[in-house]
Formats: sequence, C-alpha cells, structure tokens
Amino acid sequence: MSLPRSSLTGTRIRARRTVLGVAQAELARQVGVSPSYLNLIEHNRRGVGAALLDRLASALEVPVDTLREGAGTQLVETLREAAAAAPAHHPAPPEADRIEDFVGRFPGWADLIAAQQRRIGALERTVERLTDRMAHDPHLSAALHELLSVSASLRSTATILAEAREIDPGWQARFLGNIETDSLRLSEGAQALVGYLDAAEPAESGLAAPQEELEAWLADRGWHLPELEAAGFDAAGPEVDEMLAGHGELGSASAIALARAYLARARADAVALPLPRVLEALARVGPKPPDLAEVLGVGSDLPRLFRRLASLPDGVPGLPPRGLVICDGSGTLTFRRPLPGFGLPRFGGACPLWPLYQALAAPLRPVEQMVEMSGRPARRFVAYAVCEAQGGARFGAPAVLEATMLLLPASVETDATAPALPVGTSCRICPRAGCAARREPALVGGT
Amino acid sequence: MGKHVLVIEDEPNIVAAITFILRRDGWQVSSHASGSDAMQVIRDAAPDLLILDVMLPGRSGYDILRELRGDPATADLPVLMLTAKGQSRDRQMAEAFGASRFMSKPFSNTEVLASVRELVDT
Repeated sequence: MSLPRSSLTGTRIRARRTVLGVAQAELARQVGVSPSYLNLIEHNRRGVGAALLDRLASALEVPVDTLREGAGTQLVETLREAAAAAPAHHPAPPEADRIEDFVGRFPGWADLIAAQQRRIGALERTVERLTDRMAHDPHLSAALHELLSVSASLRSTATILAEAREIDPGWQARFLGNIETDSLRLSEGAQALVGYLDAAEPAESGLAAPQEELEAWLADRGWHLPELEAAGFDAAGPEVDEMLAGHGELGSASAIALARAYLARARADAVALPLPRVLEALARVGPKPPDLAEVLGVGSDLPRLFRRLASLPDGVPGLPPRGLVICDGSGTLTFRRPLPGFGLPRFGGACPLWPLYQALAAPLRPVEQMVEMSGRPARRFVAYAVCEAQGGARFGAPAVLEATMLLLPASVETDATAPALPVGTSCRICPRAGCAARREPALVGGT
Repeated sequence: MGKHVLVIEDEPNIVAAITFILRRDGWQVSSHASGSDAMQVIRDAAPDLLILDVMLPGRSGYDILRELRGDPATADLPVLMLTAKGQSRDRQMAEAFGASRFMSKPFSNTEVLASVRELVDT
C-alpha cells in the first residue's frame, strides 16, 4: 500500500482513509470518536493517544507503526534544509510550508531531493577542505614558492644568454653555471611536489568527514559494541584492528584514528560500569541519570554514565531510546548519536540554547532540563548535561573542556507536561520567532 | 653615472640576472640578501629605486615597505615589489602598503626593464 511518508500521524490517517474511500464520519463511528474530533486529528491539531491509534490502525487495516509519528521526520528535516539552501532570489521559492504535502504526494521525488541535498552537503565540505588545504598547506605553499623562484631565475638567465650578442666570458660562465644549478633545483622541486601530491591518501578524498564515518559505523553496529564487554578485551591490542578492518564506513585514516580513540574510551567506560551492574541498576531505579548515578556510585564522573547509557544495547528492559552529544570547549560537536525527533546539525553550529552549552558555560555543574525541540510536532526531551576539564587542573596549562549531553524522551519524567525550554537544531532551519540566541535568520518561514 | 637601483632579494641567481640586465641598460646596481637589516642598508644606500622581494629571510618585504612609507625620508621612494605568489591577495596587500608597482615571478627581463624605466625619470 502507499502511504505518504509524512512525519505527521494525522496526515497519514487522512491519506489512508482516502485510499480506502471511507468517509470521515464512518471512520469516526468505527473508532468511537466524533467526526469533528477526527477532523482535528487528521489536520494534526490534536494528538492521538495510543489506544485510539490502535483502533484507527485496525479500522484502516494497517500496522500501527505505519501511522505513528516520526518515521519521516528525517526526510522532512532534510527537505527543509534543501529549501533553506535555495538562493534568496530564486524566481519561484520552494513552498516550504507544504513540505508534508509534497512528501505525501511525491515520496519518490522527495527521497531523491533529500539524497541530493545530502550529497551536495558532502561535496561542499570536500571543496571546502580542498580549498583550505590549497590555501593553508605549508608544504604546498613552500614547494610552489620554490618552483616559481627557480623559474624566475631560469627564465631571466636564459633570456640573457639567448639575447646577448656580446657577453663577457666571466658573466657567461657564471650564467651557465646558474642555469645548471637552477635546472637541477627545478626538477628536484617538481619531483618533490608530485611526490607530495601523490602521497595524499586516496581515502582522504572521500566525501564524508571522519566524524561522520565513525558515526555511520557505530550506527551500523547499533551503537553497541559487544566486543568491549568481554573480560580480556585490550583496547590497544590486535582485536581492535580486527574490529576496524574492512568496514566501508571507516574509509579514511582520520576516521580510523577517531574510532580507536572512541574504542579506548568506551572500553574504559565498560570496565568502570560493567553491563550486569548497569542492567541491575536500570531494573531497580529506571533510566534517569540522577538515580542511576546514585545507585551506581559514579560520583562526579557523570559523562561516563551518559556515554555508557548511550552505548548500551537497544531492547534492554526499562531503557528508552537515547541520544548523546559531546562538544569541546569551542562548542564544536565532536560526537553525535541522534535521537529521532531531536535534530542534530550535520555540520556547523548547533542551537546555542541546548543545555549542552549551558553546561559548557558552568563546568562541573550538572544540568537537568526539559526541552522542546522545534518542529511539527514539537517534541519534548529531557536533557542531562555536564562539563568537565580533560586531564585535570594544572597550573599554566589551558583548560581543555568537554561537555556531554544525554537525551531521553520526556516520558521518563512523571510529569511530561512540565515547562520546557524551547530549543532548535540550528538557526538556519529553526522557525522559532523572537529567539534571543538567534545568530542568523531562518531561511525557512515559520511552520 | 646612472641612477642607483638597490635589489633586496635572497635568491642569488635572480640577483645576478637582474644586476646584469640593469647594468647593461646603464643603471648602477647594488644588492642585499636579508630582510632583518634591510632598513639600514636602504637608508645608507639612498637608492633612486628599490626592488624588494616579499619573502625575505628575517623580515617580510611588506613589513619593510610599511616602515619605508612611514618615514618621510623614504615615503616617496619608488618600490618595485617581487613575489612568487601572483595571487590577487598579495597584489592587494602590496598596493595597500604603498608599493609603486608589483611584479610576480617568473617575470620577463623586458618587464623588469620597462618597470624600472617607468618608475624612475631618467
């Protein structure tokens, strides 16, 4: 069957009902709500409870998951980015307010545009990196300077010898000698340059940034690496090479290096917080980090607990879906485990209102904050964030800060309707009006 | 007696070629290969024209040019800048610091001669 791949339940219900040719009033009667209420639902103005969704799914003869929200969120977000990237004076601007509609009616085209948007992003980053390299690579710059210098000398000297009818034998001998040394320098310089350019590893020209390669690999493994739980695992041993070998995702040397660092830290986390203990604690007190920190006795090492929770296998009883974001002292995101509904920017800066950055501004003071992510529908999450100095405090050394934020669905709180901090993904694609932290205008109108 | 051109450039073979071309054209030519003490050499020599390389050991040609322009004694000295990077950024920088003319390597001998003749009334 064909259902629009919209993220919105109401839109999906309406589309499926239309496909079946069932009147709104008839469906409302079957599931036991008033037609006007169903109408509100279909226009995404009312949420749908789990029980009602079950009845709607069986009346519409589809598995309940196909009606549930969220499946198409990523697609819609990507299309929103694509719309935002349209030139400001595009003669016919993309109808950003009708993305849902578009995705519903042309799922194939929508997929294609999203895929192209991702590819454009990857290509832009490659161009940026290469431009950067051309402009700032000291080896390349020095090599080119040498070649141009020698060329200048050769050209000038050769012209003198070629044009001068009468030239003092002393000068002539000197110029011939200069030509010989210059030509030698020129050929050596050219060879060195070719060698340098050849040595650039082919993998380095890959499209994905190293961090994205690592994240793709982890996502492929379900963000959980059972090898690390084994008693004798050595994060510096050959078993690491074995884990990392032959994965398409880990193409570049930089990605492999990142993966090694990730494995070493994840292994240390696994040793400090062994799986059975964590599972037992989860069963006893539930998934909220403040409670877990207490029973597990992690003390001030909250980042470790956050990372550990984010890398547990899915399907553990009592463990909700998790997201994890880590940033360094500059605010640059260094690790992203996405959570459906909480959009993470693929590159560039994130929303400055994230509790991650509040934690970064106040090291060692953990933050617990209910947040509401902009979007349709707005989704609520509980964010737990803390910032720590890496390598401890030392005189005369700059503080190397790292902030870690764990995201859990709002449902872990008993009162999921408590006041929430409105946040976004990144200013460019965030529709929130009147935000004090906005650093650039949103390129897509409010939704 | 010809007018005096001072060449500040650290590539000896380029210095040799420029010296030969200019002397053959009737100029008096002297040279210096380092940036760090270039200001003193320029003041002592008081040339009619300065040919100044950008990438010098010790001190950059831009830096020297800026100091020259800041000193009333040398503010009007014609300066021909040489650089191995013919990018517009370098040209802009040279112009901003007050270079009389800008020449990127590799240059032709006729180009050098024409520039020097144009910058100094002979």
